[in-house]
Amino acid sequence: MQKLLIFAILFITYITYSSWVYTRGTDRASIMSSHQELGKQIYQEYNCQSCHQLFGLGGYLGPELTTVISDKNRGELYARILLENGAIRMPNFHLSPKQVNALIDYLKYVDANAFTYKTDGK
Amino acid sequence: MKISKSIPGTWFFIMAISSLFIGLLFGALGGLQYVLPGFLKEALSFQKIRPLHVYLVINWIFCAAAGAVYYYIPYVSGRKLYSTLLAKLHILIQLIILIWVVTGFFMGRFGGREYLEFPPYIVVLIIVAWILFMINFFVTVRPSFKEVPVYIWSWSTGLLFFLITICEAQLWLLPHFNNNIIRDITVQWKAMGSMVGSWNMLVYGSAMFVMEKITGDKGINRSKKAFFFYFLGLTNLLFNWGHHTYIVPSSELVRTISYTISMTELLILANIIYSFRKTYFKTNPHKHFLSFRIVTYAEAWILLNLVLSISISVPAINFYTHGTHITVAHAMGTTIGINTLLLLSSLVLIAEEMIGDGKLFTPYFNRSFIFLNISLLVFWLSLVGMGICKIIAVHEKNSFTEMMARLYPYFQVFSISGIFVFLGLLLVLMPVFKTFLKLGLAKQSSDPS
Ligand code: HEC
Ligand code: HEM
Repeated sequence: MQKLLIFAILFITYITYSSWVYTRGTDRASIMSSHQELGKQIYQEYNCQSCHQLFGLGGYLGPELTTVISDKNRGELYARILLENGAIRMPNFHLSPKQVNALIDYLKYVDANAFTYKTDGK
Repeated sequence: MKISKSIPGTWFFIMAISSLFIGLLFGALGGLQYVLPGFLKEALSFQKIRPLHVYLVINWIFCAAAGAVYYYIPYVSGRKLYSTLLAKLHILIQLIILIWVVTGFFMGRFGGREYLEFPPYIVVLIIVAWILFMINFFVTVRPSFKEVPVYIWSWSTGLLFFLITICEAQLWLLPHFNNNIIRDITVQWKAMGSMVGSWNMLVYGSAMFVMEKITGDKGINRSKKAFFFYFLGLTNLLFNWGHHTYIVPSSELVRTISYTISMTELLILANIIYSFRKTYFKTNPHKHFLSFRIVTYAEAWILLNLVLSISISVPAINFYTHGTHITVAHAMGTTIGINTLLLLSSLVLIAEEMIGDGKLFTPYFNRSFIFLNISLLVFWLSLVGMGICKIIAVHEKNSFTEMMARLYPYFQVFSISGIFVFLGLLLVLMPVFKTFLKLGLAKQSSDPS
């Protein structure tokens, strides 16, 4: 009985914590536009996450992209060139200009919400 | 009493080992792409190789864990498996998912998230298969939770929370989650972190059963300590996922909670295995010696990974290590060193129950097993080395290309030792694979389950 009670208490705490995480615990970000959402969808469909990280999450063959747009050494233009042509390891996906625009717009959105990267002085 | 043959269990093992072998092949190819930038760049790029590798090796863990549960539950409950038909259906659906996902990845059909890169509709099949498995488990075991040993709690929890987390991992399909990057990423890692906890529950449950079977000591799985450990593991499953997301700007509280909770779990497991070893030498030194040996190696890996996990859960260290191969060392160190070895101990125990105790304990096995562990150590150290080297490169503001050049020697060690890990697993698992293949193909008339 005692064991079931402990389980029940943990489970209820989990449900409560989850609901908080789903709402107030994560409400700092701005809401993305539908164009940015399209970019996100393309990011998933081409599985960019297999080589790139956002917020440190993703595969490691390619560079971290969270702040690629605001990074002084990289920036939007550089990102566009990579997306349009590929590079040594990065494949050329033959993306249409519309797809590239949506991806860039999505990366801008991610960058704008990367508060932790900026306050930590990185 | 001996464990009796289970047809569903046997076929799950065959599927699991096949899946692992193919998955390792993709791992080895992925390793080569680190060293040879142009290798298979267009035909089978890392974009396809990584999900193929990760999906197939994780499928090994799930299928081997399921196979072990199918073998163990008639034994522990003293009842026949509730429905062989449902179990066969479970295998069939699992096989369909496997083929569907793998061909999809080959053709470049993604659309999901990291670790679940396949299109989300496949999840419906995964859920159906899992529910069939749960029905068979709960109706066969009919656990009375007041009395049952801790491994029944572990399996039940693993079964329940995989179902919860695979559903949670699909929340991004709702705009409330998808449109807010912080919420989306936090919830994705919350779900994946707890999902790893759910398969750990399945794997550890079987490992605890193995210990009981080897020592004949039923006390170890009914003691206060065992339950203390179980509840601590459960607390980790529920709340420690946040260490993946320290850098994500969610609330501070998420970080504090997960850090506090992360510090404990593996230590307790190491402790339990340690006391198991003492009992083993006292009670029954010659039974299933090979499984015992594998578990003691897993114990060493637990300790090694414990040091790493605790370190990277400290926010000040995580600040540097996140986004480096130290995370991969953590992921592969635990999935190979701990999960794969503990599952191997179950497979060996079951195989030897079928063909005779000690039959697999040959000098060949011994040599292969040592070879595997040495290769794995080098492999693991090369990943940690890559991570440290990357931290230094980032600190010195190297560009990505400069950093990749600097890491090159580590890539070479990683890729070569990875091939050795592949060979080691192939050598170790081949006799086990052959045993189950023979059992699977034998006349089914003697099937008691
Ligand atoms: C096979 C791995 C791989 C895949 C898949 C991949 N990339 Fe890349 N990407 C790289 C690598 C590696 C670089 C660095 C340049 C190089 O060495 O080729 C890069 C560079 C970039 C850059 C420039 C940033 C920098 O720091 O250099 C951007 C932006 C980018 N990729 C976006 C994407 C997007 C968007 C996708 C999905 C459509 C994608 N990548 C898919 C490997 C990949
Ligand atoms: C039982 C054996 C193995 C298991 C369970 C396993 C598991 C995993 C997991 C879970 C990941 C994801 C890591 C992460 O996201 O942090 C991964 C990545 C990877 N594994 Fe393995 N692995 C195994 C063996 C191997 C072998 C033998 C190789 C050969 C070199 C290999 C090469 C890779 C590569 C290249 C990656 C991608 C790393 C990256 O993102 O850049 N794996 N593996």
